[in-house]
Amino acid sequence: MPTTNLTYREAVRACIIEEMDADQNVFVMGEDIGRYQGTFRVTQGLFDKYGPKRIIDTPIVEPGFTGIAIGAAMTGLRPIVEMMTMSFSILALDQIINHAAKIHYMTGGQAKVPLVVRGPGGAANQLSAQHSHSMEGWYAHTPGLKVVAPATAEDAYGMLRTAIHDDNPVIFTENPGLYGVKSDIELGTGFSVPFGKCRVAREGKDVSLIAYSRMVSVCEKAAEELEANGISCEVIDVRSLLPLDTETIFASVAKTNRAVVVYEDWKSGSFGAEIAARIGEECFDDLDAPVGRVGGLNVPMPYSRVLELQCIPNENDVIAAVQKLG
Amino acid sequence: MASPAKMKPNQESPANLELFYRQMVQIRAFETRCNTVYRTGKAGGYLHVYIGMEATAVGWLNSLKLGWDYVITAYRDHAQPMLMGSDPVKLMAEIMGRKDGYSQGKGGSMHLYDIEKGFFGGWGIVGGHTPLGAGLAFGSKYKGEDRVTLNFLGDGAANAGVFFETLNMAALWDLPCIFIIENNEFAMGTRLEYHAADTELAKRGIPFGIKSERLDGMDVLQVRQDAKRIIDWVRKNQKPYLVEIMNYRFSGHGAADNDRQLYRTKEEEEEAQLRDPIARMEKYLLKNNVMTEEKMEAIREEYEEWADDVLEKADASPHPDPSEVYDNVYSDMEPEKGH
Ligand SMILES: Cc1ncc(C[n+]2csc(CCOP(=O)(O)OP(=O)(O)O)c2C)c(N)n1
Ligand SMILES: [Mg+2]
Repeated sequence: MPTTNLTYREAVRACIIEEMDADQNVFVMGEDIGRYQGTFRVTQGLFDKYGPKRIIDTPIVEPGFTGIAIGAAMTGLRPIVEMMTMSFSILALDQIINHAAKIHYMTGGQAKVPLVVRGPGGAANQLSAQHSHSMEGWYAHTPGLKVVAPATAEDAYGMLRTAIHDDNPVIFTENPGLYGVKSDIELGTGFSVPFGKCRVAREGKDVSLIAYSRMVSVCEKAAEELEANGISCEVIDVRSLLPLDTETIFASVAKTNRAVVVYEDWKSGSFGAEIAARIGEECFDDLDAPVGRVGGLNVPMPYSRVLELQCIPNENDVIAAVQKLG
Repeated sequence: MASPAKMKPNQESPANLELFYRQMVQIRAFETRCNTVYRTGKAGGYLHVYIGMEATAVGWLNSLKLGWDYVITAYRDHAQPMLMGSDPVKLMAEIMGRKDGYSQGKGGSMHLYDIEKGFFGGWGIVGGHTPLGAGLAFGSKYKGEDRVTLNFLGDGAANAGVFFETLNMAALWDLPCIFIIENNEFAMGTRLEYHAADTELAKRGIPFGIKSERLDGMDVLQVRQDAKRIIDWVRKNQKPYLVEIMNYRFSGHGAADNDRQLYRTKEEEEEAQLRDPIARMEKYLLKNNVMTEEKMEAIREEYEEWADDVLEKADASPHPDPSEVYDNVYSDMEPEKGH
């Protein structure tokens, strides 16, 4: 099979097409995804290809259509719900957290919810306070959900397949800054990436930089600069938050003896804090320095580009955190 | 549903007629600059202009007691504060994310507020502000004031569950709130008939016993008469009211929407242009000898220059200082700092 060079957005779309072709029970639902081709153009062309039965334009009612998707999933359909942005999934938290996540447990395993909720999560460019949330921490806090945040087009392609095949509700978050990044992907082979496995994005020996989604590339840039200063960084792309592959993380820390967890979400109470706590609990003897953290500033996202850039961690923040470890 | 009131012979003074015309021209000039500002990269994020819809805000806001009544709307929020006496330079500065903006650059185009003037924003979550608007009415009623709240929302927002919840409580508690559904026929790229099972949105007040009407939004004089009548009724009766205003947005959903052809045809747009509220007012003013073509031309030019001036002054405002990022998270303390 020849490989194709696809953007993240195209990779997500390619996976949806393959899965929709393979299984009539897969359909997509969301705002402006059909006739308007999707706000971020992820679903471009799908309405023409599959029609309104399987590419469903919804009213602007996230709680309602997410709930309908959950109900449909309980009948054996495999809905993919697109959130125009993950910030809007806040409206559907009750359906996702208080309904979808509990159903398998409360029914004693009688009902399954093979649902995927996907969409752009995190800050883009001056979308301000109400449109810039990183939601993955809220979801990864919730037993019953699976949560993934791929950083590359290839992982997006392979993990979306796993998500669609999964019989549990999966939150699939795509940072808007990643839609243009490319990977070579072998289409049509059923390639998939399992949940609960980190990817070692870069090998190193002095410090482990642990991140997911867009922050992986920020760590890679920091690693390159630090390399020039004689510090060798290993970059771990967590990519699956729940389930979490602590084995790979701990092995890396055992090798480097230093760890910095990097995430875009608010610094306090985030999933990055959870990762740092696990390392603290399990790797105490391996650590030569306290676990470092780099997170987003604890403020609602400001509109001004100057202030916004200040809130989102960049490579300099990562470098500073590494240097602070001594 | 009450039938729309019959067109009464116009009772506006020549001064008011000129004022309404000026305000519509002013809004359009301002909004046109906003699109430029966005295209030249001096504003970012999402920015939504009011071009084509001017008559709605002009008709309604001129019928309020300014400085007393309350107004709230979604993210298409530049025109309303301008009509309430907010400083256009501060509005433009906010849209450009500058220090002299109403929120010192924290809000941007979607989040304009001038609370002192009674303008409560400026909200980005579709439907999310509709209970807040009812809450403003709750507040004024609780205090025994006779304020009226105008609660603007879009046709798309009219589907939101929280809007129905709000209507129920507004009726249950007799809140002096006017829900104004601006039906511009589109929710982003989705046509009305693809998002609403019943496209007569004025009917949404009926199950709750709220007086409800579908009204024209392109004839500023008609809007003005309807607005006066309804605002007076709500002030006197201290009960909610719902109107569906039929208007149209001529531009894209937001400044980033370059794909109008995905949801409407050129012909459709041209037909809508025939309803242009500004052109319509010009015809009226000419026909009734209120204003000459030359005078109108001069007014249009005046506001072109005015808008350039506003833009220039706003552009002179500095970007916020990085240290300001933590300001106003709380009223009385600072958040934890640092990455
Ligand atoms: C809860 C929520 N979902 C989706 C969006 C994205 N969005 C912003 S505006 C809009 C369309 C709203 O249309 P309408 O209410 O008719 O107002 P108009 O833009 O026409 O003034 C959508 C889908 C949002 N802001 N909030
Ligand atoms: Mg609309």
